[in-house]
Amino acid sequence: MSRKPPRDHVAPVQRLRLRYAKRGRLRFASHRDFQRAFERALRRAGVPMAYSAGFSPHPKISYANAAPTGTASEAEYLEIGLSEECDPEDVRRRVDEALPPGLDILDVVVARTSDFADRLQASRWRIELPGLAPEVAEQAVASLLEAGEVMVDRLTKNGMRTFDVRAALLTARVAPAPDGARPCAILTVVLRQVTPSVRPDDILTALRSVAPSPVAPGWQTPPPLVTREMQGPLAEGGSTDEALVGDPLAADREADQT
Amino acid sequence: MPTPHADSVFPALEALLPLVQKPIQYVGGEVNAVAADWDEAEVRWALMYPDAYEVGAPNQGVQILYEVLNGQPGVLCERTYAVWPDLEALMREHGVPQFTVDDHRPVGAFDLLGLSFSTELGYTNMLTALDLAGIPLIATDRDESHPVVVAGGHAAFNPEPIADFIDAAVLGDGEEAVLALTEIVRAWKRDGRPDGRAGLLESIARSGVAYVPSMYDVEYLPDGRIRRVVPAHAGIPWRVAKHTLMDLDEWPYPKAPLVPLAETVHERMSVEIFRGCTRGCRFCQAGMITRPVRERSKTGIAEMVANGLAKTGYEEVGLLSLSSADHSEIAETTTYLADCYEGSQTSLSLPSTRVDAFNIDLANELSRNGRRSGLTFAPEGGSERMRKVINKQVTEEDLIRTVATAYGAGWRQVKLYFMCGLPTETDEDVLQIARLAAEVIRVGREVSGRRDIRCTVSIGGFVPKPHTPFQWAAQLDHETTDARLAKLRDAIRTNREYGKSIGFRYHDGKPGIIEGLLSRGDRRVGRVILQAWRDGARFDGWSEHFDFDRWAAAASTALADEPVDLDWFTTREREHAEVLPWDHLDSGLDREWLWEDWQDALDEVGVEDCRWTPCFDCGVCDQMGTSIQIGPTDLGLPEIRVGQPA
Repeated sequence: MSRKPPRDHVAPVQRLRLRYAKRGRLRFASHRDFQRAFERALRRAGVPMAYSAGFSPHPKISYANAAPTGTASEAEYLEIGLSEECDPEDVRRRVDEALPPGLDILDVVVARTSDFADRLQASRWRIELPGLAPEVAEQAVASLLEAGEVMVDRLTKNGMRTFDVRAALLTARVAPAPDGARPCAILTVVLRQVTPSVRPDDILTALRSVAPSPVAPGWQTPPPLVTREMQGPLAEGGSTDEALVGDPLAADREADQT
Repeated sequence: MPTPHADSVFPALEALLPLVQKPIQYVGGEVNAVAADWDEAEVRWALMYPDAYEVGAPNQGVQILYEVLNGQPGVLCERTYAVWPDLEALMREHGVPQFTVDDHRPVGAFDLLGLSFSTELGYTNMLTALDLAGIPLIATDRDESHPVVVAGGHAAFNPEPIADFIDAAVLGDGEEAVLALTEIVRAWKRDGRPDGRAGLLESIARSGVAYVPSMYDVEYLPDGRIRRVVPAHAGIPWRVAKHTLMDLDEWPYPKAPLVPLAETVHERMSVEIFRGCTRGCRFCQAGMITRPVRERSKTGIAEMVANGLAKTGYEEVGLLSLSSADHSEIAETTTYLADCYEGSQTSLSLPSTRVDAFNIDLANELSRNGRRSGLTFAPEGGSERMRKVINKQVTEEDLIRTVATAYGAGWRQVKLYFMCGLPTETDEDVLQIARLAAEVIRVGREVSGRRDIRCTVSIGGFVPKPHTPFQWAAQLDHETTDARLAKLRDAIRTNREYGKSIGFRYHDGKPGIIEGLLSRGDRRVGRVILQAWRDGARFDGWSEHFDFDRWAAAASTALADEPVDLDWFTTREREHAEVLPWDHLDSGLDREWLWEDWQDALDEVGVEDCRWTPCFDCGVCDQMGTSIQIGPTDLGLPEIRVGQPA
């Protein structure tokens, strides 16, 4: 006896794009951990989700460029498909309340444009290196920026990969930690979204490899605190790292107003 | 009174987390976790499930007690789990103590540390946690500043092997027992801790709420058997009894189940539909020590399911008990729930082990929406004779009829659970499993008209447990167990017609021998545990961490001066007159009834279920002042609101 899938595919009537943050201790959630937590929060919040067809229907959610496990983020994005039209701000508030503190929904817009994934062209990362003297970091950054190509190795799902990180690195600068009680370099980098992806830890590997003193305190331990601050389109003519990465939801917001 | 050494250790831990596997398991932050105020609390509990977070976090016992305790005024409860060896090494290197996942407090700062032992294989993880917490491993080395270490769970029905390491053991249902212990500790603290730690332990022992091993002396006979177990001084009860929670509807816990961020072994919500079992399977410790049967009403179940789903967002609900199809209102309940969630993404599951067609009806009802993949049955014994010995009252005809119904209803896969090494078992009894599985496939192909149906045989070694009729039985040595399993595997594989449709999964005999040592051991086994732990034993329930040779060597060393050894504790049959290490711990079962049931087993005589036949005097209800609580009730069910969980 064969059984029919319980329901037919229902096309979403509305798509929402969400910006969310992964903060504090919850930065140790892997992307899969986040997915489970998010889908359960949607159910607790009673968001009317559209589902895929088949024996095991899945809620319509598209995730983009998740930050690595252990990395905090202020700029993660995803898109959900709804079976009923909803007020985006109402959805933002309800889902944010349903999520544990540390997973926070920052912004929700109605999807009005089609090339969202293409707009996630680059990210600005803040890398806090406790114990590392800012001058030491500056020297390494200068060497890295001067280099034409810096190859690093990383163990990936498909085994050890060797790739250049320099081409993906758009800007890099070093600042001392604001309180300045003990040495701590704060590195801000803008990385272009490429394949294979170049991540902040690859930049640190590269910096250590070009640094004059790779064993200086702070390069290895304690582990750096990494935060994705922005993710979005590369802004035309952006000269500083603040101006270089734009808001990927801006196009939808503009389309909404016209 | 603020306790400075109770500050969160998270800043120190945080620096280690990027260096370990699955760091999310150590950070807490579960939905529905409770944030209680440390300084406001008078009595502070740390509860531990002594296995990895992924196994421990879903544990219902811990979740229930966590919520019950946090619901009390002036009481705080946080949770802690076993850390994997990678983090353990880093914690030792950096001086980070065993911590709770709620507020990352050091476990050593709590008043009580409660450990829930579902299995004896968690004992070494307890030692790791105590050691990391800075709590002396040996209970008598502790002082007033250390938590009272309390063991609970099924393994606590014979806590003698861990008697040196624990301060107390709670037998039976924990809900009321933890509240009673809380009040004893609260009063002791309010009164200025009279007579220090010894005074507190004596109060606990006198109250009868928990068993305090240090208040009892064990005397031995020259041949190594126990002569007697006596209270160390006046006022300490000779026997300590189990706790039995009545009226499950009054205790709808957990009301807000925890939803972990980390992936766990059970990605679903559980609702306990009844406690206890009187089927009388002679190998089953759970069925013996949790009597009588106490049902939650269909109304109570419906409310817990609806409330739990709303609070967790889970997509699956498991209706738990020792034999869920036996609930007196199960048909009504499953139909109701299937109606409630029809067309939604919510699925329901019933651990299906009972071998009869009624069980298939229930499974069909619960899979109205979804795919019919697999069903599980537990005939336990391969031959008709064996099933009489263990009192699993299922005939081969029953089994074949049941699986035929299952395959006929569209189920593709049937899993069958068996045990190897049961009392009186021969090779022939076990080889019957191969014949049975082939017959299952033959009939399955016939009724379904398909060749892609499958049957998986899953088999493990039997471990005799305390407080069961088999507590006197000889455990089968691991060499014979493994040889028997190899013969069975060959018999299945060489079946040319059906062998390819039969899967075979087995557990080798060695871990069972160590489990046997820890299950039926006495206080002398504590030295073996300590030695094995010092030699590196951790996570003994995980095959990749378990090392039989380490345990065997530890047993040789630790028992060198004793007239007993590993075999003496495991493969030796006990006689009627022998004092068993747990005889002074009262599960309610009458010792003479257990012995008669053991003799009936050897005579292949069955015992009916007392829910449907007259009482057979196992002793529990008389001894404990309890009675069977089953329906059907005349209570109604909440109205179903279309398109939404009830």
